[in-house]
Amino acid sequence: MIRQISVFVENKPGRLASVTGVLFEKGINLRAFMIADAGDFGIIRMVVDKTDEAYKALKEAGFTVAINEVLAVEVEDKPGELYRIAKALGDEGINIDYVYAFTSEKHKALIIFRVDNLERAVKILERIGVLFKGRID
Amino acid sequence: MFWNPSMERMPVEDLKEIQEKKLRALVNNVYNYSPFYKRKFKELGLHPSDIRGLEDLPKLPFTKKQDLRDNYPFGMFAVPISQIVRFHASSGTTGKPTLVGYTENDIRMWVESLCRGLVSCGVTHEDIVQIAYGYGLFTGGLGFHYAVEKIGATALPISTGNTARQIELMKDLGVTVIACTPSYMLYMAEYAEKMGTSIRETSLRIGIFGAEPWSEETRKRIEEKTGITAYDVYGTSELSGPLFTECTERNGLHIWADHFLVEVIDPKTGENVGEGEKGELVVTTLSKEAMPLIRWRTGDITILETEKCNCGRTHPRIMRILGRSDDMLIVRGVNVFPSQIEHVLMQIPELGEHYMIILDRVENLDVMTIQVELNQKVSIEKPGEILNLKRKVEERLKSVLGVHANVELVNPGTLQRFEGKAKRIIDRRKI
Repeated sequence: MIRQISVFVENKPGRLASVTGVLFEKGINLRAFMIADAGDFGIIRMVVDKTDEAYKALKEAGFTVAINEVLAVEVEDKPGELYRIAKALGDEGINIDYVYAFTSEKHKALIIFRVDNLERAVKILERIGVLFKGRID
Repeated sequence: MFWNPSMERMPVEDLKEIQEKKLRALVNNVYNYSPFYKRKFKELGLHPSDIRGLEDLPKLPFTKKQDLRDNYPFGMFAVPISQIVRFHASSGTTGKPTLVGYTENDIRMWVESLCRGLVSCGVTHEDIVQIAYGYGLFTGGLGFHYAVEKIGATALPISTGNTARQIELMKDLGVTVIACTPSYMLYMAEYAEKMGTSIRETSLRIGIFGAEPWSEETRKRIEEKTGITAYDVYGTSELSGPLFTECTERNGLHIWADHFLVEVIDPKTGENVGEGEKGELVVTTLSKEAMPLIRWRTGDITILETEKCNCGRTHPRIMRILGRSDDMLIVRGVNVFPSQIEHVLMQIPELGEHYMIILDRVENLDVMTIQVELNQKVSIEKPGEILNLKRKVEERLKSVLGVHANVELVNPGTLQRFEGKAKRIIDRRKI
């Protein structure tokens, strides 16, 4: 399991710049990033190299911010990989709240999952041998 | 044209005599029958016999909105409930509504006042009047309704909303007069164009607009767009809804002096301002039985004109309402106090204490946006939870204010902070 940061942002020009500006000033590197848009606001979700520092800096800058645990899955960067995992979870009745993915030189394709039943999902993903147990930094 | 020619053209001295006689009766009546005024008179060491004529008016206490709240529901009444034939209510500042009761005579006087107004702006028994003010606890719809029927015109009690239907019926029935807010008229005119028609293609000839402040510029815009003649109407829920209108001279709204005594005061000192000077309108009801009001502070800023009007009416006139002496906002014709908004926001634990109220006019309709800061108690795990919070705040505001507000949740610390008196209202409407 890895830790993800969520930030509430108003849907206004310059808001993403102020969030990323805070991270830049602290020398924090983004590994994965997505915005869930909900009308006049959005939730930024991201995985960064220095999670606690990022949380502290954003909170001090006045953002509504939270840390929570998500699943990361490491797969080959090839067709059918997300399908295999989504099917395994779906067959067991586990709901996926959201997913986002990234690739990097260091890792294979990494997929971040937020599910409704974390413990059972961990077991399933271990069984099919895709759970990412390393650290992201 | 006159509804009640002898009364409307009565010499000023005779009107004054009626007013003094009624004022003495009023003071006696409230002293004996209204628990609120009896207490108030005693506190001031005032006795009804101290009030002989109009020059004694400044001796009488003002009545304020807070008095109505403090004495909710029946403490302001001067008759037993059995004599009340109707209630109207407007939303209150902290959840409690402002309640007004009417006896049969009160309703009759209200209808009489508005009949005079309707006839003075040229409405006749041949007109079909589309009443697009809200019906119900709000006074606008029913107020117009009974006056329209009384003059023998035809009432179309369509109430507010459903603009396509409003335009369709206006065309199909050959409506000649409309009563609604001025901004709604403009909205309707644009809506008609989008429907591929125009108000100019209808039989509409007169509009009677009120329930919100408007300007000469808006009058021009309405008349240019629709080809009708636009008149101003004034009333407040506490006095009885719509009561006074402009006449065809369109140089102020006639206040029926046999039923209402008006003063214009400096809201800070409470002293009467000179003729032609701006100040707060203060009204004493001379005929009301159920809930008589002495020196009622309307909060509305206007100018009093006592010179006889070219139309022949001798009753004094007030000029167009220029603004408010307090922080009351009028949003889509609904009175909104910022304190009501604050009260709702402060009851929701996920919200911080900083907020802003922003008013815009979008396509001629008022839009109220409330920006409020979140606090750290909010869960941002899922956008759905924040959307639910936003919806909850909007629903609570709607139920207290009676009008919709868009809620924008923002991060803590992002809204402006104030040293001294907070300026939480940004009103960008051009009236």
